[in-house]
Amino acid sequence: MTVPNVGMPPAATAAVGDAPRRRRRVTRQRPNVVAGLFAALWFLLVAVPLYYLVSSSLRRRSDYLAESPLSIPDAPTLENYRTVLEGGFGRYLFNNIVVTGGTVALVVALALPAAYAVARSASPFVQRGFSMLLIGLAIPAQATIIPVYLMITQLRLYDTLLAIILPTAAFALPVATLVLTNSLRDVPRELYEAQAVDGAGPFRVLVSLVLPLARPAVVTVSVFTALTAWNGFLFPLVLTQSQSTRVLTLGLWNFQGQFGTNVPGLLAAVTLSVLPIFAVYLLGRRFLLGGLTAGFGK
Amino acid sequence: MASTTSALRRPGSGATDRSRRGRPGGRRPALQGHQPSAWYAVPAFGFFAAFALLPMLLVVYLSFTDWGGFGTPAVSGAGNWSRLVEDPEVRASLLRTLALTVLSWAVQTPIALLIGVWAAGPQRNRAVLSSLFFLPLLLSTAAIALLWQALLDPNFGVLRTLPELLGGGLNPLGDASLAIYAVVFVLTWQYVPFHTLLYQSAARGIPASLYEAATIDGAGRVQQFLTITLPQLRYTVITSSILMLVGSLTTFDTVLILTNGGPGTATRIAPLYMYTTGFSGFEFGYASAIAVLLLVLGAILSLVVTRATGFRDMSSQQEGA
Repeated sequence: MTVPNVGMPPAATAAVGDAPRRRRRVTRQRPNVVAGLFAALWFLLVAVPLYYLVSSSLRRRSDYLAESPLSIPDAPTLENYRTVLEGGFGRYLFNNIVVTGGTVALVVALALPAAYAVARSASPFVQRGFSMLLIGLAIPAQATIIPVYLMITQLRLYDTLLAIILPTAAFALPVATLVLTNSLRDVPRELYEAQAVDGAGPFRVLVSLVLPLARPAVVTVSVFTALTAWNGFLFPLVLTQSQSTRVLTLGLWNFQGQFGTNVPGLLAAVTLSVLPIFAVYLLGRRFLLGGLTAGFGK
Repeated sequence: MASTTSALRRPGSGATDRSRRGRPGGRRPALQGHQPSAWYAVPAFGFFAAFALLPMLLVVYLSFTDWGGFGTPAVSGAGNWSRLVEDPEVRASLLRTLALTVLSWAVQTPIALLIGVWAAGPQRNRAVLSSLFFLPLLLSTAAIALLWQALLDPNFGVLRTLPELLGGGLNPLGDASLAIYAVVFVLTWQYVPFHTLLYQSAARGIPASLYEAATIDGAGRVQQFLTITLPQLRYTVITSSILMLVGSLTTFDTVLILTNGGPGTATRIAPLYMYTTGFSGFEFGYASAIAVLLLVLGAILSLVVTRATGFRDMSSQQEGA
């Protein structure tokens, strides 16, 4: 096994002090070859499927069966993309944006005042409620899907986008509130006190102090919630039905049934579904990666 | 300790303590008026209660009913529960969930740990490579499952190009003995990047002086990894492991799309069994009983999460309040 050889490069991890100079010297002497090879292997494991995804989506159906799966397409075509775009893809995308935007707005609007109360209030109601909320951290959403289905039907919301937004937001609330509370607890109490001395009421504090201070955490929470909502599968699957309320993930699954053996068409749909979030990733890699591990990266 | 922290961090609670003890500080009245009222938390708690807690109670109720999905559920007693106890498929699906959990953990933890530690290092191409590592994070579960379904297809996928010796025409998703490993493989591909990020950020926080001291003492790289890196990362290992446990318990869509529980029942894990019983078999009462089982498992894990990880200082503050 090569595993034990993958040690830390000495002095590799410091972010402070005079480490950089020494770090570089040590590394130049002893490049961590084994760890590098290991990482390269994982790189291949990620890159090859992604290459396959894009290259196969550019093949004609007949070529897909004939050509070697990892070869460069002989006659690349955008035909599959046209088929997908004509197959209702725009609608799915639009629905996804509505669901994601709605969920993020709802979660932030609910979680920020709640986090402010949790961080600043001694009320036992607030503190008990917060403990209750934390139970939701590991509750499997599937375990509640049957009653959620019942409730949504009773509320006459079945097959609407709101039906997806409500439970998605409810299950995103615990993490969001936790992350926001943590960030507000780090705010020095003197800042709150100064505002109080100036005669600001809680609401003004929320708007003029909490909101600006919590902005990085709000970004984190938004990213995390947006990804959850964007990639959601179970709630849309169970709570919507018609073409007009279908979201992207479900649309992909649907394409699979529709296209049968038209794998290039399906892969074109998958590629298209990745593009919007990939564009966001390129624009805000830092936010995105930070947001993903929010509250867990201890 | 905990109460000190909370008093320091939360002037609100300090104020109440003090006034209760009859020695109000000079600035207290202003501060008390300054405290946000409980109403700020009511919308969030109410919403969570309505769409997450109420369903948890309802699912217990539904487990005592017969309900075919239409009309009102009718209470039928404990029939679902006695059926559940005798149903061999419940045990089998729980065991599959367990197998999936243990396998996923055993495969993902070392990979994520090693790559994470490597990605925290100073190698020249590290930044570029590691940003590529994380790409699977951007793909939805549906996209990943469909991609791998195509890749692993015995007729069109990459495996058909393998020479016979290596098992050309291998069909991992169609082979009952291999399917669970294929699922674990795809889950690994999907989730290792996330855990790698955890390890990377934690490894960056290890003081360099530890490694410098070890180097002076003549410790080799392996020794340094075992005596410094691993012990320093122990809490991250716990956090990551618990997240993996929770993730495995809630794994559903990957398996639904990739294998739909098949071939046969080879990958029919507990959440999938619950789903098919309800939404394909229209036995919502019985499916609810299975759901309660999952709920109990999830609640236990929740307690572990809030107690044993970084969330603990939150709960200790509450205890001190």
